Amino acid sequence: MAESPTGRIVAGALSPHPPHLVYAENPPQNEPSAECGWEGLRWGYERLRRTLDQLDIDVIVVHSPHWKTSQGHHVLGVPEFKSLSVDPIFPHLFRFHYDLSVDVELAEAIAEEGQAGGLAMHVMRNPDFRVDYGTITSCQLTRPAWDLPIVAISSSRVYFDFNNDVGDRQMVALGRATRRAIERTGRRALLLASNSLSHRHFTQEPEIPEDMSHERIYHHGQYLWDMHVLDLMRRGRTRQLMAEMPDYIEHATSECKDGSLSWLLGAMEFPDYPAEVHAYGTVIGTGNAIVGWIPPETAAEVAR
Amino acid sequence: MTVELALIVPRMPHPLLCPDASEGYRALADAYAEARRRIEAVQPDLIVLYSAGWNSILGHQVQADPAPEWVHVDQDFHALGSIPYKLRMDPGFADAMTEAGQARGLRVRTVSYKGFPIDTGTVTALKLLNPDNRFPASVVSCNIYADRAETVVLGKAAADAIRAQNRRVVAIAVTNISHRLHSVPVPPDQDRFASLKDDEWTRKLLEILDEGRLEDVSQLARTFTAQAHADSKLKGIWWLASCAGAHNRYSGEVLAYAPVQGAGCAVVSLKPDALAVANLEFDEDDVDVYRGDRNVLAPAGETASTAGTPAPSAPRRSEATPVAAKSPARRGTGRVDVAADRAPKPVGAYPHARRVGDLLYLSGVGPRQAGTDAIPGGPIRNADGVAQEYDIEAQTRAVIDNVRRILEAAGSSLDRVLDVTTFLVDMDRDFKGYNRVYAELLGGIGPTRTTLAIRALPTPIAIELKVVAAAGDADLASLTGVMGG
Repeated sequence: MAESPTGRIVAGALSPHPPHLVYAENPPQNEPSAECGWEGLRWGYERLRRTLDQLDIDVIVVHSPHWKTSQGHHVLGVPEFKSLSVDPIFPHLFRFHYDLSVDVELAEAIAEEGQAGGLAMHVMRNPDFRVDYGTITSCQLTRPAWDLPIVAISSSRVYFDFNNDVGDRQMVALGRATRRAIERTGRRALLLASNSLSHRHFTQEPEIPEDMSHERIYHHGQYLWDMHVLDLMRRGRTRQLMAEMPDYIEHATSECKDGSLSWLLGAMEFPDYPAEVHAYGTVIGTGNAIVGWIPPETAAEVAR
Repeated sequence: MTVELALIVPRMPHPLLCPDASEGYRALADAYAEARRRIEAVQPDLIVLYSAGWNSILGHQVQADPAPEWVHVDQDFHALGSIPYKLRMDPGFADAMTEAGQARGLRVRTVSYKGFPIDTGTVTALKLLNPDNRFPASVVSCNIYADRAETVVLGKAAADAIRAQNRRVVAIAVTNISHRLHSVPVPPDQDRFASLKDDEWTRKLLEILDEGRLEDVSQLARTFTAQAHADSKLKGIWWLASCAGAHNRYSGEVLAYAPVQGAGCAVVSLKPDALAVANLEFDEDDVDVYRGDRNVLAPAGETASTAGTPAPSAPRRSEATPVAAKSPARRGTGRVDVAADRAPKPVGAYPHARRVGDLLYLSGVGPRQAGTDAIPGGPIRNADGVAQEYDIEAQTRAVIDNVRRILEAAGSSLDRVLDVTTFLVDMDRDFKGYNRVYAELLGGIGPTRTTLAIRALPTPIAIELKVVAAAGDADLASLTGVMGG
């Protein structure tokens, strides 16, 4: 198939998936309800949404740390999913009734491009499959209308089975395969990397989960690393970020070890333009940032 | 009652979903069937599982939905098919295990939500071992941050609940042994271990398990994890050994060992057997109460309500009476618990002593020796319950020495003892000897004293002392005045 002239990544975002943020938003699909909580991050998501609302987007492609696969990279390949997602770790916060559609053509194209690039790819075609809560959370917070199809990509355990360098190389290859598939199918895609930054949790929570007097970073060293990483993003130095990624993962116990951010940066060919950091905040001790990358072509479109 | 049978089973779905796809999968499925027959022979009234594939962060979780029902699909092996299930859980036992865990310092809670995602390993194990839900089950999660101490205490909490409810139990660790999967799918008939090194180490562990030496394998878990690609640090085996009994007196049998997409999967049966080999030369600590082994960088004085774990050391009460950092563990405002390294371990979930204000309240102290649990003067009965000759004077002397050790660990001393209650199992036989040693060691100090005859003590000892003493930094004269007033 010839490349479509309109197929491209129109934006990318780091869109972490703490279920606490959905819980605090009180959407009708979620069973538990909250009084408040994590406003800094939720308002950051609002700013991201305002930016994205200006863009013409066909599909959301999300890479989620909570669809964990040991054997290669998997993509959702069933057109519709409707079920209940219960977070196994925070079930008291997240029991979400989802109803979503999948861009199967793009999913299959990503699998094909990945395989052509030497990756082990699988299209998930079991209709009973339950979509992971990371995918749902990132999509809900980024596009609560659920009016766009999605493609969800699993998180391979390659970092755990080999090492961070091997993991990053594979995720960059997967990102490039994703970009080629988007271009080939003519989609205007929004890419979401669903991971947190530093990722050491406190192992207990306050009696009222949204009691913000208890919320802070787990460890100052992790905060310093997170700030360094965000500074690199804001200065458009994502190649340096990739070079430091293996160390960052180890020193900050970063959820980048699940590969989402490396996939995003690989797909976007390592943006050298500034990212917009919409928010940074902690959730039960982990560091989370909402960050948007708008490529110059997209910015020019919006300006017109 | 206790654990009648312990099992280790893998957490891969293949023996359930495609048992005939390879010789190895068939061997595992057949081993599951044999394990099922052994469960049915025991006729337990409960199956308790620890699942390495159910990860938790906020402490541990226990499934309390009485009848969880769903159509499960594995995240990795979705192409093998769906697994519809309806399980039978025991919410009453889940509550009991949760309370027992909390009493031992753990964070444990029950979960009971429609649609809660029960993990592949648990579903597979219960479908194959208990397909008609004849026996109720209880499942506890694997905390991703937990290390040995926390997991061992979790196993003891399960044992506490089993005893408290007088249950006849089969305990199961749902865990692979090695957990390195092939990074690309391998046709089942060509399945092999992903790592020769993992396979070699796993065979060594299985050889030991085949001899029934469960605690030896538990003690080797760290070594195995350092050398091979262990499944969740083998926490499942830590838990199993702790729950079923941390010893080597089992009749062991490896029913099957085979690769499943590269992972080392085994079905192992361990039946408690008093006549089996027993090697008690253990290296690892035997922890009874969890006081936290994480969050070592938390700011001093941080409270448990805001930190992941209690602060690693308690603030000193005053510079004038320094107390070893490891000894007093702060539990709450105004109270400090004392754990004395040089005194015998408590035999239950209680501290050696608790300080409240200027007073130290000691738990009952017996004559057992720290480290060895030997009883000076000999036990009053042997392991078969046969009465033995013993020396009450030696036991009394050892008790008072243990009281001294605890008081010194708390920054106090024997000469600050204020009140003593003595329990004797044989007043007629032992009072004179006890009284003679008491007069020698405590008579000059002169605490108030009460001596009682009781039927038995928890271990084969003849004497126990309950002591109240003044703290080391308390003004004794002032304290006496207060008490007198």
